[in-house]
Amino acid sequence: MAQETATEKKTNPIVKFLRIPENYPDEAAYFWGMQCGACDAKFLGARLACGKCGETDKLSEVKYGGDGEIYVFSVVHQTVPGLEAPYVGAIIDLDDGVSIRANVYGLDPEKPDSSWFGKRVKMFTEVTAQDRDGNDVVAAKFKVQE
Amino acid sequence: MRDVAVVGVNMIKFGRYPEKDVVELASEASIAALKDAGCSIKDIELVASGNLYQSNAMIGQRVMKEIGATGIPVINVANACATGSTAFREAYYSVASGAYDTAMAVGSEQMGKMGLLGAGGGGDRAYSTEGIMGTGLMPGVFGQAGVEHMRKYGTTQEQIAKIAVKNHEHGVLNPHAQYRKETPLEDVLNARVIAWPNTLYMCCPTGDGAAAAILMSAEKAKKYTTKPVWVAASILTSDPYQERNPTMFDINTVTRNAAKQAYETAGIGPEDLDMVELHDCFATAELLHYENLFLCGEGEAGKLIDDKETYNGGKIPVNVSGGLLSKGHPLGATGVANITEIVWHLREEAGDRQVKGAKTGLAHVIGLGSACTINVLKR
Ligand SMILES: [Zn+2]
Repeated sequence: MAQETATEKKTNPIVKFLRIPENYPDEAAYFWGMQCGACDAKFLGARLACGKCGETDKLSEVKYGGDGEIYVFSVVHQTVPGLEAPYVGAIIDLDDGVSIRANVYGLDPEKPDSSWFGKRVKMFTEVTAQDRDGNDVVAAKFKVQE
Repeated sequence: MRDVAVVGVNMIKFGRYPEKDVVELASEASIAALKDAGCSIKDIELVASGNLYQSNAMIGQRVMKEIGATGIPVINVANACATGSTAFREAYYSVASGAYDTAMAVGSEQMGKMGLLGAGGGGDRAYSTEGIMGTGLMPGVFGQAGVEHMRKYGTTQEQIAKIAVKNHEHGVLNPHAQYRKETPLEDVLNARVIAWPNTLYMCCPTGDGAAAAILMSAEKAKKYTTKPVWVAASILTSDPYQERNPTMFDINTVTRNAAKQAYETAGIGPEDLDMVELHDCFATAELLHYENLFLCGEGEAGKLIDDKETYNGGKIPVNVSGGLLSKGHPLGATGVANITEIVWHLREEAGDRQVKGAKTGLAHVIGLGSACTINVLKR
């Protein structure tokens, strides 16, 4: 039987707290989440309630910028099959008050160093895979700011 | 709550048992613990069974079918790496509450070579974030936790490596340990890096194992033993809100909260402990737990190991069993095995590795996600 229609290829984020605009990549992807109106705590992605104070009603959506700094890191040498190693797996503190797990590029993974603490980094996005349905999957990564 | 005594314990040597299934391992440990207590399965009123990877497979009931199906309540427990110790706590509260006079806790796991990297699977690989958006693998997560200490206090990789040297040296004397081989400092530092700063010898192995403990009310215990070991505190915590968690797991607060409760419940301070078996899944973890359990002051963990104070014979011996690094870490068995080790020392039955005159010991386990158990035992 012949294919009737080719399903339209989509661009999906690798994590739910990364939003891909309709006209990506002309318009940049960004992190988003929710902030509690009762205690000001910020979270990544959608929430039913505030994980800090339990508030259920006063939660509003917020957009987070892609600038931040390295809080801590590890350099992963042994990993799951098919991945290139080593890579710098860091915790990034965004200037907008949330933290992100991320790969950081622009550092020598063979020379981990205390000078990496607090290093300014900037988010960028790229297509990292195609899923089973052929959709592009977009991930966020960070590079050291010059 | 009434007093509860540990009357019997035992464990099988941790290692790899591809020719056996996990029910056999758990049954072996259970029978050995029952014999140690001088009782039989007919004397047990409740069983709590801890197993993580086969938590849906009714391991507890299958053990009972193997060792004597008496129809008593059986609870299957899963709580990450704190699975076995949570099963112990279920058994403890069953007796402490007065609902039962006797209970058995059994922890078991069969990991083969699947390893801590084997987690995950299922779903569409295109959406796996590992190595694309940072790391969630245990070596990386505990690497970051150690790096946080480096950032705060200037701790070095060499100081953390000394913990692996100590635990492997301790493990040589433990016939129940999976690995009984010394790893000198230069070997630890030159071993291949798994996730910096943790090298191969700074990461616990995977393996198979089982351990069991028999708990009784004070009145019942008198009939079975002249050397009861008392449960002075059995604490379980989950992690409170912390702003970077769960992006970055917080293994510190959950342990500190449990430690404070444990010391208060037991009516002792860290200075009263004669030995500690703590959750050294990675060398970085042991470093952090020195401070989390208040064995030293803030930022002093590096100095504590530099001064060899956590060696057997030091101010506060930590992981004289060899710890997870050397003894092994079959997830569901670990928590009960830690308690088994302390009971042996408090009964002066620990052979070559005996902590001299040990009267009070603390067993700590953390399961990432997180669950922390602390059991304080006294003779
Ligand atoms: Zn709130």
